[in-house]
Amino acid sequence: MSKQVTLTINGKQVTAPEGLTVADAAKLAGVDIPVFCHHPKLEPVGMCRMCLVEIGRPVFDRATGQPVMENGQPKIQFMPKLETACTNRVSEGMVVLTQSEKANDGQRGTVEFLLTSHPLDCPICDKGGECPLQNLTMEHGSGKSRFNYDEKQHLEKMVPLGELIYLDRERCIQCARCIRFQDEVAGEAVLGFDERGRHTQIISISEPGFDSVFSGNTTDICPVGALTTVDFRFGARPWELKAEASICSQCPVGCNTTLNTRREAKAGGEIVVKRVMPRQNEEVNEIWLCDKGRFAYHYTEGKERLTKPMVRKDEKLARASWDNATKTAAENFVANKKDFVVLASGRLSNEDLFNLKSLADTAGGEAILYSDMDGGELTQLVGVGAGTNLGTMGKGDAILVIASDLYEEAPIWWLRVKQAADRGATVIVANPRATKLDRFATYTIRYSYGDELKTINDFEKKSKISDAFTKAKNAVIFYGNEGLGVTGTSVLSSACANLLKETGHTGSANNGLIGVWQRANDQGAFEIGFRPVADLEKALKNKAVYIVGADPVGDDPNLAKALKNVKFVAVQDIRETATTEIADVVFPAQAFTERDGTLISGERRVQRFYAAVPAVGDSKPDYAITAMLAKQMGVILQGTSASVVFDILANSVEALNELTYDALAQVKEQWPLVGRNDVYYGGTTYDNTKGLGVQLIPLAQAGGAVKISKVRKEAALRPKDKELLAVPSNKLYDLGVTVQTAEFLEQRIGETSVAMHPTTAKKFEAAEGQVVKLSFDGVQAEAVVKFDETIGTGVVRIPRSMGIAIREPVVAKVQVKAAAGKAK
Amino acid sequence: MGVFDPIIELTKGLGETLRSFLMEPTVTVSYPEEKRPVRPRFRGRHVLKRYDNGLEKCIGCSLCAAACPADAIFVEASENTDEKRFSPGERYASTYEINMLRCIYCGFCEDACPTEAIVLGDNYELSFLNRRDAIYSKDMLLEPVSSENMLTPRKVEAGVFTRSVPEMQNPTD
Repeated sequence: MSKQVTLTINGKQVTAPEGLTVADAAKLAGVDIPVFCHHPKLEPVGMCRMCLVEIGRPVFDRATGQPVMENGQPKIQFMPKLETACTNRVSEGMVVLTQSEKANDGQRGTVEFLLTSHPLDCPICDKGGECPLQNLTMEHGSGKSRFNYDEKQHLEKMVPLGELIYLDRERCIQCARCIRFQDEVAGEAVLGFDERGRHTQIISISEPGFDSVFSGNTTDICPVGALTTVDFRFGARPWELKAEASICSQCPVGCNTTLNTRREAKAGGEIVVKRVMPRQNEEVNEIWLCDKGRFAYHYTEGKERLTKPMVRKDEKLARASWDNATKTAAENFVANKKDFVVLASGRLSNEDLFNLKSLADTAGGEAILYSDMDGGELTQLVGVGAGTNLGTMGKGDAILVIASDLYEEAPIWWLRVKQAADRGATVIVANPRATKLDRFATYTIRYSYGDELKTINDFEKKSKISDAFTKAKNAVIFYGNEGLGVTGTSVLSSACANLLKETGHTGSANNGLIGVWQRANDQGAFEIGFRPVADLEKALKNKAVYIVGADPVGDDPNLAKALKNVKFVAVQDIRETATTEIADVVFPAQAFTERDGTLISGERRVQRFYAAVPAVGDSKPDYAITAMLAKQMGVILQGTSASVVFDILANSVEALNELTYDALAQVKEQWPLVGRNDVYYGGTTYDNTKGLGVQLIPLAQAGGAVKISKVRKEAALRPKDKELLAVPSNKLYDLGVTVQTAEFLEQRIGETSVAMHPTTAKKFEAAEGQVVKLSFDGVQAEAVVKFDETIGTGVVRIPRSMGIAIREPVVAKVQVKAAAGKAK
Repeated sequence: MGVFDPIIELTKGLGETLRSFLMEPTVTVSYPEEKRPVRPRFRGRHVLKRYDNGLEKCIGCSLCAAACPADAIFVEASENTDEKRFSPGERYASTYEINMLRCIYCGFCEDACPTEAIVLGDNYELSFLNRRDAIYSKDMLLEPVSSENMLTPRKVEAGVFTRSVPEMQNPTD
C-alpha cells in the first residue's frame, strides 16, 4: 500500500494515497468536484478548467523546515488564484475548498465559456439525459450567458470519424478525452486535434477512419454528445432504457456488460436490446469494451431466429410441438444408442453444457467440443491462480503470448497486456507473423509455422529472452491457435504447461496458462468434460448426432459431407444455419440475452449473466431443452431453472465446488468509482452491482499433484512443388454467425483474403489483389491475395470463418485464376 | 291575504319568465349541431403541428413522453435525409403514439416540447369502441396540410434544413 497523506477538503479531514490528484481524492472522500477533461483512467492534462478549486498548503519555516503555526494551527497559504484539482497531487496538510464563493465563481465562469459555442441541441442529442455537460450546467451554470449567441459556430452537424463513430463538431468541448484514450489506453493514436483556437476540432488520422477496435469506448467517456455510435444513433433516450447485467459472449475474455433494453415499435412492439455498455470489473475489462462486444449483439435478433421446434416430414422441416420434437429425437437417439454423439460449442453456458454432458454420459454417448483448439485440461491444472489480475502485472513480471494475435482474438486482453507492458512488464510475443502487440513487446520471436514446440523448448536454453521469462516474479502464458488445429494446440499447450511448471510459474495469482479460445465458454466446456477431437469427420460419420450451438455444415464442406452420412441429426440453435437445414429435428434455443446462466472466462472466472429481454417465440433455454429430451430418453435431468442446474453442476464438477449463484453475484467496491449519478467522472460505464464473478482455483494452487503428459512432436507437413502450407489464423470481425448480422460491421469484415509472402506469390505469379484458387482436403475456394512480408515463404495464411473452411494446417494446391478479361 | 294574491304572484313570476324570454340572450346550445368555441388555452386532443412549409415540428426527442405524468406518450426517433425529409434537422419521430385513455390533459407535454410541436388542440370529441382505438398514432395526430406538396416525407434541397431546434419565442396567447 502506498503512503497515505491527510488533507482537508471542505473542512472534512480525509486521507488519500500519495500521488492521487485532488479531484480523485475528493471523489474518494465523497466530495464531487466537477470535471470534463479529467478521467481517472487517463493522465491529467488540465484542459477544460472545470475543476477550479481553492488549494492551500501549509507554510514551512525555511530555516527550521517546521510548519509555521498560527493560533495553534498550521498556517495555510492559499494561492492567489484558483487551481485545477485534476492536475494537483495531494500533499500532507493541504486544504481544499471546492464550494467556496471563489471556487464556485470559477466553475460557473468555465461552464459559461464552454457553452459559448455549444449548440444546446440536447433534445436530439444521443447523450442528452446522461450528459456531463448537461448535468454540470444545471449544477454549476449561471443560467444566463453574457456572450453573444449570434457568434456561435455553426458547422455541418454530423461527420463520420469512422463507420462506427460519428462526430458532431459543434458539441465538442475539446477535452481530448477521446484522443488521450486512444493514445494512452488503447495505444492506437488514430485521433488528433486539427486547427487551433476556436476552430479546434477532432479528426481521425487513420485510414480507414477511426481504425481501432476500442473506438466505442470514446463515446462512453466523451463528456458531451460529440462522439456517438452509429448503432445507437437516435435509438432511444437514455432515461427510457432499462439495464440488465450480462457477460459478453464473443470471446474468452468475459467482459462484463450491461444490456440496455427498450420496447420498440420498429421491432413489432417487442422489448429489444438497444445497446451494450461496459460494466466495471477491474479484474476483467476495467471499464472498457471492444467494438465487437459492443456492436455485434445483433445476432440475437432478426427473422432468422428459430421460434418453433421443427421435425422433418416428407423431406421437409415442418413445425411441431415440443413434445413431438423431443420424442422424435429421443426415439432416434435411443435406437442408435451406441452411436450417440453430442457436439456442442463454447457458445453455450455452463448449465447447458453440464446437462448435455450428463445426458451423453448417462445415455452412453460421446461429448465433443466443437473447437479447433485443445489444452483446456491443462488450464485446469496450471491455469492462472485465483486472484489473477492482469491489471496488477507490471515491473518484474513476464507475459508470453504465443501463436495468438490477441488484438484479433481477444481485444481486451490485448489492451491489458499492452498496459502491463506500459507498467514495465516484460512482454514476449512469439508469432509466425507480425501482430499489433509487437510494438509493445520487449522481445519478439518470429518462428515458422509448425515450429511452435521448438519455440517453447528454446526457453530451456539460456538466452536473454528465456532469462527474462524464467526469472520473472510472475509469468503468464497466453497460447492460441494461430496456424494450429486441435493436435497442434494440444502439443503447444503441454509444452507451455511444462515450461510454466519447470520455471515455477504455477499455482499462484498472476501465474499460469491462459488459452485464447475461439468462443466465450470453451474453458467452461473443458471444465465440464467436453473435449475437441482431431478428426471430427470421423467422429461424426454414421452416428446419431445432437448438435448444439454450432454450425458445422456452414463452416466446413467436409463436415457437411460427414453429416450427410449420419443416422440422425438433431440441431439446437438460436438461428437458422446451414446445419439446421439438414437437421431431422430442430430445437429453438434462447439467446444469452433472454435467459440467465454462467460462463467461464479464459482466466477461469465464473461469471453470471442475466435475462434482459423476453424469449423469442417458443424458444427455451438450452439446458431446459436438453432436460426435456433427456426425459424422453429416460434420463432425469434438471431443467427448471439455471440456478438449480448450477447447484448440481457445482456439486459434481470438482473445480466449481461449493460455488453458488449468490457467490457469483457478490460485489465489492472498485476504484475508480464510476457509473453512479456522476457520469462526468467516469463516463457512462455502468457500476457493477450484479457480481464480479469468482475465479476458479487451478489444481496447482489447490496443492494437487500436477502431471503433464509428455509432449509428442507431430510430423511436419511437407508441401510439394505447386503446393503451399495453408495455415489458419483468426480475424476479429469474421463471417461467423455472431458478427455477420451487424450490418454496419460489413466494412470491418471486408472481403476474404489470404496472406502470402511476396516471394511465394511471385513463384505462383500472383500479384497483390489477384484472385487465387485454393484446393485442399476436399475444399475449393477462391480468395484475393494480400502480401505479408512478415510470414515465411511457402505458406498461405487463411483466416478462419471467412468462407474458406480451414481448421488446421494442411497442404494446399494453389492456382492463379486468370483475370476475367484474359479468360475470354 | 286576499283571494287575488296568488294570481298576482303567479303573474309576477310569469312576467319574469316573459322578460327573460324577450330581453336576455339564449345560452343553450344545440350540441352537436351547434358547437361552442373553446377558450384560447383549452386543453383538448393533441395536435402535432407543422411549420408553414409543411415540415413537421416534432423532432422525436421524447421529452413529452418524459414529462408525461400518465405515461401516455410513446415516441421513437429515426434519421431524416434530404431525400426523405419529415422535419428540419437530423431527427424526426418515426413513431408517435398517445394513449388517450391514459392522457389526463395536463398539458405538460406542451410545456416540455422544445419545438412547440405538440399542442393540446380544441377537439374534445373523443370516443372509441375499444382500448386499441384509444391509441392515437402519428398520422392521426399530425396537422392536416393545405396542399399536396406540403406532405411529409418529401424530397428537399440538400443542406437547407440542418437545424432541429428553432430559436424560441415567448408564447403569444
